[in-house]
Amino acid sequence: MVNYIWLGLIVIGIVVAAIEGNLEAINEAAFEGAKTGVTICFGLISVLVFWLGMMKIAEASGLLQKLTRALYPLARFLFPDVPKDHPAMGYILSNMSANLFGLGNAATPMGIKAMEELQKLNPHKEQASSSMITLMALNTSSITLIPTTIIAIRMNFGSANAVEIVGTTLFATFCSTLVAITLDRWYRYRER
Amino acid sequence: MYTLMTTISLWAIPSLICFILIYGVLKKIPVYEMFVDGAKDGFNTAIQIIPHLVGMMVAVSIFRASGALDHFLHIITPLLSILHIPSEVVPLGMIRPISGAGSLAIVTDLIEQYGPDSFLGRLASTMQGSTDTTLYVLTVYFGAVGVRKIRYALKVGLWADFAGAVASIIIVTLVFG
Repeated sequence: MVNYIWLGLIVIGIVVAAIEGNLEAINEAAFEGAKTGVTICFGLISVLVFWLGMMKIAEASGLLQKLTRALYPLARFLFPDVPKDHPAMGYILSNMSANLFGLGNAATPMGIKAMEELQKLNPHKEQASSSMITLMALNTSSITLIPTTIIAIRMNFGSANAVEIVGTTLFATFCSTLVAITLDRWYRYRER
Repeated sequence: MYTLMTTISLWAIPSLICFILIYGVLKKIPVYEMFVDGAKDGFNTAIQIIPHLVGMMVAVSIFRASGALDHFLHIITPLLSILHIPSEVVPLGMIRPISGAGSLAIVTDLIEQYGPDSFLGRLASTMQGSTDTTLYVLTVYFGAVGVRKIRYALKVGLWADFAGAVASIIIVTLVFG
């Protein structure tokens, strides 16, 4: 499916540009896009290096296992395929906690590390495991308690009450997460 | 309320760092060596994501710059207004899953144009905050481990985005409408 979306975006874009005689825009956009991709990855290097270092300490000291044990009922419900004391569980839960508290730049490294641990459990390395998809679903629908970026923008434009959208955002993000978890479950059992 | 929240987010990361370090020292862990050991993997992981992210960003960038996105929105907006979805936020809903920077630009534009405390300003804020950029999360997370077949992951992500957008419209109408 990603193949078709990728192909579609590029081919439709080029055809539309050709019809409108706007092909220079494509030349520029292609390399602008490539540059953005590399820039984002380079930005990721610093947070990944830092947080993976910190998380290694948390793993070695047993802090991650503590977190896993505290949140085990939730983790077992969401990730039934992951063994109880597997390190993947600790990283998954720290990723979820970081998302929840709006620690965006810590959440991504923890999520990626969790993916790597899940890949070790994955019998088909080329294909996503059900647990990986659950983790991805939780991250795209990300429950966030404080949407900091939006609050900052609202303040910038002189909002009388910049945080008034926290409640509505929480409701909407809760709904999207609920749908993500439900659908994930549905597909997980249907594909079996 | 706002000061409380900024104070919390200001303290969150420093206290987390402190807590991890002190806990490690109490458990007699060589913290610095452990840090370096774990940090080593960070570089390779980030580099591994580059091809995936470059591929995706090029496609999104071409689609936007060609004007195809505008045409698409032009066609779809009247259809969605039948369902009482305010046409101003349709582009936001469509771009949110594809491009984080793109949707943030639209939100900023809507807030600037209609004011942060208008119905549309509040709706756009809620929509932006309620989901993450699905295509980006998908590319980065699966790219990092080299998974090619993602099965039903995209469907789940996009339906969750849709649910987030619909829920935003409903709740903002109920609370502020």
